Amino acid sequence: MRDKHLIEGIAAPLDIANLDTDQIMPKQFLRGIDKEGLDKGLLWDLRFDGEGRERAEFVLNRPEFVDTSVLVCGPNFGCGSSREHAVWGLQQYGIEAVIAPGFGEIFYSNAMNNGLLAVMLPMADAAALLAQACDSAVPLRIEIDILERVVRAGGQESSFALSDRHQRMLLDGLDMIGASLTHASDIADFTRRHWAQQPWVRDVARRTKQRLERR
Amino acid sequence: MNPRTLYRKLVDSHTVARLDEQNVLLFCDLHLMNEYTSPQAFAGLHEKHRAVAMPGQNVAVVSHIIPTHATVPRVIRDPASALQASILKRNCARHNIALFDTDDALQGIEHIIAPEHGMIRPGMVVICGDSHTTTYGALGALGFGIGTSEVEHVLATQTLVYRMAQEMRIRVDGRLPVGTTSKDLILMIISRIGAQGARGYAIEFCGSAIDALSVEARFTLCNMAVEAGARGALIAPDAAAIDYVLQRAPDIDSSMRTAALAHWSTLNSDACAMFDVEHRFDATDVAPYVTWGTSPDQAIPITDTVPLVEGAHEGSIAKAMRYTGLEAGMSLEGLPVQHVFIGSCTNARIEDLREVAEVVKGRRVAPNLRAMVVPGSGAVKAQAEAEGIAQVLIDAGFEWRQPGCSMCLAMNDDVLEPGQRCASTTNRNFEGRQGRGAITHLMSPAMAAAAALAGHITDVRQLGALHA
Repeated sequence: MRDKHLIEGIAAPLDIANLDTDQIMPKQFLRGIDKEGLDKGLLWDLRFDGEGRERAEFVLNRPEFVDTSVLVCGPNFGCGSSREHAVWGLQQYGIEAVIAPGFGEIFYSNAMNNGLLAVMLPMADAAALLAQACDSAVPLRIEIDILERVVRAGGQESSFALSDRHQRMLLDGLDMIGASLTHASDIADFTRRHWAQQPWVRDVARRTKQRLERR
Repeated sequence: MNPRTLYRKLVDSHTVARLDEQNVLLFCDLHLMNEYTSPQAFAGLHEKHRAVAMPGQNVAVVSHIIPTHATVPRVIRDPASALQASILKRNCARHNIALFDTDDALQGIEHIIAPEHGMIRPGMVVICGDSHTTTYGALGALGFGIGTSEVEHVLATQTLVYRMAQEMRIRVDGRLPVGTTSKDLILMIISRIGAQGARGYAIEFCGSAIDALSVEARFTLCNMAVEAGARGALIAPDAAAIDYVLQRAPDIDSSMRTAALAHWSTLNSDACAMFDVEHRFDATDVAPYVTWGTSPDQAIPITDTVPLVEGAHEGSIAKAMRYTGLEAGMSLEGLPVQHVFIGSCTNARIEDLREVAEVVKGRRVAPNLRAMVVPGSGAVKAQAEAEGIAQVLIDAGFEWRQPGCSMCLAMNDDVLEPGQRCASTTNRNFEGRQGRGAITHLMSPAMAAAAALAGHITDVRQLGALHA
């Protein structure tokens, strides 16, 4: 087994700006009540044609990319809808990291909350890496070191920003809800004060619905 | 104390604990849920045997999957979608959470029903498993979308681990020209700053053009700020915003009104507060905007032509043009549409429908074109019927449907066919958003109405003159 702080594998290039979560996980795959089966829907319209046949030319359908574990992408990856299904689908497909010069904000949080590494590289480094992945005769192999916060490929090394908190979550698999629940008494104290100052926000959902039902 | 922005005041007043340099534990006053981003959150909660911390601060609605056919009672025929609705009902019953169910007369789109019934109050933090939660900034409430893991976190703690945003101020002065709306304004802003122009930022909108907007027009503006990547979009609440809330929140009675007004009067940025970035726009530059591509920033005034883009991301631009069947230099004026959709959390409020009725009154929808109006909520629908707007639309040849998200994201059975071109009052023109291979042109309700009458995209200002 690999070291937990290292992600190493084949990187597939997706040279598309603003690749939104509607494209990453289309609507027809959002009808579940669990997280299962989302690998099937990943990038559906890019992977398959209107008749459901594989598009041979699409990078993830090429035989040499069958073991892809990293995506190298254009700017603003994962913009749009908040659907976490996009992250679940990437992971179920076998993607461990996505590299881009920038991510949709909600996507980025969703990725970190699920242990999918979103590597935000400076624009020039990201563009160079994408070009390298596109131009490479054989699939580019990439190593990402979460501890060192560096991406290594083809003898080049680029640093990326990753908050200490997200680094810990990736390495230790932090139970965020469990951690927040240790603040239970702080939350209770806060709520008492908050509702004393702003009683009109207390139980606002329940009270509104009850009022509407009395009409 | 240092001068603070409105955003900072909202975050500070909801900070339960400071976790590190970037993150706080943020209290959330109201959490809205829908049927498709919540089931896995409830499942996670149940698996860990955790309770819902504060059920009275949570509300749910069936909005995305619900069919909008004019049949009563409303039946969800798709078995998977029906299961999502029934699971939501079960989860809400189990945890004592208020629910606007499938057949509730007041059911509608989350971001329309929450403010229209007075649930959104200035100074609140409001979150929802839906990106368009930025809408509530129009009332001086910090709203933003979250993922399902965070939905679970809010259910369990009524808080979020919140990474602070950077701050951007967008000032818009001047008057919006006749025939333009806040939809045109936000499309212009997004086209200028880009689809990631506000990524990482909470925006505060200000200026005389913003002050002059109705509250509903402000919802449209803040709603689409997320299409520039914004993590929030605020407007300091003024008399218009406060009137809007007080008219809809009778529980804020005389015993607390003075305190509420005093608190709300503090909800603005201090005079010397610093923003990381500032933009200025002139409202007189706004024209009816229409998107030509597959990203909301690919928008132009109807009087312009599709731009020639060279250099970085040329490939993505070319891909967008291939998808929409357009080329640089082409005009959108005269481009035939097969469908018109008027609806969504962006533009399905009563003022939007009044604007549509104004344009179509006494006229007919073009032949061979399907035009749908999906009101944002049961209350909007009832009001439009009471005002005679519904009849105007029906007489003109529009389908008058039941409320829901509908063809904005086409999760229900309102889906376009490949190759169909749609004039749409929605918020996203992504590839396949309204149906695989279907092409979406975002625009204002008045512009969509004009397209419905003409059978092609056209300048609503010219249409008015033709019929004068």
